[in-house]
Amino acid sequence: MSKEVILEVKNLQTHFITKRGTSKAVDGIDFILHKGETLGIVGESGCGKSITSLSLLRLIPSPPGKIAGGEVLFKGRNLVELPESEMRKLRGNEISMIFQEPMTSLNPVLPVGEQIAEAIRLHQNLNKKEAAKKAVEMLRLVGIPSPEKRAKQEPFQLSGGMRQRVMIAMALSCNPEVLIADEPTTALDVTIQAQILRLMKELQERLGMGVILITHDLGVVAETCDKVAVMYAGNIVEHATTETLYETPLHPYTQGLLASLPKIDEDQEELYTIEGNVPSAFNMPPGCRFASRCPLATNLCREQKPELIEHESGSKVRCWVYSNKWREQEVVM
Amino acid sequence: MIWFIIKRLMQTIPVIIGVTIVVFVIMQLVPGDPAVLLAGEGATKETIEALRQQLGLHQPLYIQYFDYVSNLLRGDMGFSLKNNQPVLQEIMTRLPITLELAIFSTLITIVLGMLAGIVSAIRPYSILDTVVMVVALLGISLPSFWFGLMLMYSFSVKLQIFPVAGWDSMLHIVLPAFTLGAGGAAIVARMTRSSMLEVIRQDYIRTARAKGVKERVIIYKHALRNALIPVITVVGLQFGALLGGTVLVESIFAINGLGRMIVDAIRMRDLPVVQGGVLVASLVFVVVNLIVDILYRLFNKRIELN
Repeated sequence: MSKEVILEVKNLQTHFITKRGTSKAVDGIDFILHKGETLGIVGESGCGKSITSLSLLRLIPSPPGKIAGGEVLFKGRNLVELPESEMRKLRGNEISMIFQEPMTSLNPVLPVGEQIAEAIRLHQNLNKKEAAKKAVEMLRLVGIPSPEKRAKQEPFQLSGGMRQRVMIAMALSCNPEVLIADEPTTALDVTIQAQILRLMKELQERLGMGVILITHDLGVVAETCDKVAVMYAGNIVEHATTETLYETPLHPYTQGLLASLPKIDEDQEELYTIEGNVPSAFNMPPGCRFASRCPLATNLCREQKPELIEHESGSKVRCWVYSNKWREQEVVM
Repeated sequence: MIWFIIKRLMQTIPVIIGVTIVVFVIMQLVPGDPAVLLAGEGATKETIEALRQQLGLHQPLYIQYFDYVSNLLRGDMGFSLKNNQPVLQEIMTRLPITLELAIFSTLITIVLGMLAGIVSAIRPYSILDTVVMVVALLGISLPSFWFGLMLMYSFSVKLQIFPVAGWDSMLHIVLPAFTLGAGGAAIVARMTRSSMLEVIRQDYIRTARAKGVKERVIIYKHALRNALIPVITVVGLQFGALLGGTVLVESIFAINGLGRMIVDAIRMRDLPVVQGGVLVASLVFVVVNLIVDILYRLFNKRIELN
C-alpha cells in the first residue's frame, strides 16, 4: 500500500496490577493505521479492545493500570515514552476520542458549547469568543439543528443521539489525524446508530483522518471498516480486510462470531453460540487462549501459544491450523 | 431562574406560618396559667385578671393566635418581662452579632472544609490524606464547649494572641468563629473528599482528559463543580446546627448575641423574649435554606421544583 502510515502499534501490552495478581488485559498487539482508513477492532466484552483504545492516548487509570511494553508510533514519535505535557498537547488535537456512553461522557454542569470550545482553546490559538463561534460551527457540522441555541444548553437538555453528535463535534474540533471511537453507537437506538455512523463516515472522507472503531457489532464493522482486527482475550487473533474477513474467516473464533449472527435469508430455529467462557485474565492458559472453546483444538493448541502468521489470503491469523506444525502433527497422528 | 426563585419563595410561606404556630404553642405548653406566670410571684388575683384581659388570654386560642400574628406583622413581639423593653428592639441589637459570628463560622466551615477535602481527594490514601482525615474526625468528635475552652486557654491565656472574651474588634471574632466552624469544616472536608473521589471516576472526567485538559483544570473546573453539589446541602444543614451552636459559644466567649439572649431569657423565664428569639432564629434558618436551594439550582440546572 502506498498510503501514508499515521499510527503504528507494536507489541502493545497493558497490564493491571491488583492484589489478585497481574491481569494482562492487552497482551502484545500490533496494527497499522493508514491515512483516511478505518480500522475496526472487534471482540466480546472484556477482550481488551477498550483498554487498547485508552492505552493509545495513555488514558488508562494508573494505578492499577500500566502500559507494560510495546510502542505506539505516531508520526515517528513513540507515545508510550512521551512526557505527559507533550501527550496533553496531542490529546484532543492530533488524536481524539469518542466514548461509548454519550449520557455520561459530557460534563453535566457545563454548557455543551463551552465543552467543545474548551478543546478548541486548548489546542488552537483562538480567544474565547472565536472558540465559542467555532464550537457553534462544529455543532452545525455534525448536524445539530439551531446550534447557537444548543451550544448554550447543558447535556441533560439533549437526547442521547445529540449528545453523541456533541462528542463527535468535540473530537473533531481540532481536525485530528486519528479518531478513536470506542463503541460510539452502542448506547444509541438503531436508527440513531445509522445516522451517527453515516455522519462519521462523511466527516472522515471530508477531513481525511484515520479512524479506529472499537465495537462488538459485526454489522457496524461490515458497514464502515476497511480493515478489521479481531481481538480475543488480550490478543489479536485475526487481522484482515473487511471483505476477506467476511468471505473467508480463518480463525475458529471469527468463524464462530460470524456463524452466531442471525441471517435474514435463512430460517433458523436457534442461533449458533460459541460454547464456554473466556479464560480469566489473571490465569491465562499457556497455549492458544481460545483452545478451551475451539472445536478444532488439539494438544498442540493447548500447550503452545500460536503466533500471528500470514495466510495466503493476505489475512493474518493466530491459529495453529494454518501452520506447518499442524500438518506435521496430522502426519504423526 | 426567576420563576424558580418565586416558586421557592411561595413555598416558604407555609413554613413560616408553621413556625409561628409552633412558637405560639410554646407559650401554651408552659405548665400553669400564663397570666400567673407572667404576673410573677406574689401577684394579686386582680393583677392576674387584669393581665389576662390585657393580653387577651380569656379569648379562644385561635383568636389569641390571630392576635399574635397580627401583632407580629406590625413588628410587635411583646415586651420583655425582665426590663419591659420591646422584644423586637432587644433582638435587633443582638441579631447582627450572632449573624456576624454565624457568617464567619460558615466561611471557616466552607473554606477550611473544602480545601482539606480537595487536598485529601487529590492524593487519596496518601499520608497527607490520612492526616487530614484524622484531624477531621477529631473535629467532628470534639464537643464545641470543650474545644472553645481549649482554644481560649491556648491562644488567649497562654499565647495572648486573641482576646479572651467579648465582641469589640475583628480579633474577638477569630476564636468563637473557629470554635463554631470547626465541626462543620470537618464534616464538609469528609463530604468534599468522598464526593470528589466519586466524581473523579466519572466518564466526563475521562472525556476532559482525552481533550488534553490539564490535571489542575480537571480538578477545579470539571470535578469540583460537580462534587460541590452535595456539599452545598451539607453546608446549608451545617448552618442550622451552627445557629444552635451559637447558644453555647456565645455563652463561653461572653458574646451578647441572640443565642445568649435566649439562654438568659429561659433562665429568667422571660417568655416573650424566648418566643421572639426562637421565632427569629427559625426565620433565619428558613432564609438560609432558601439561599441554599437557589445556590443548588445555580450549580445544577437539572433541579426542578414540582
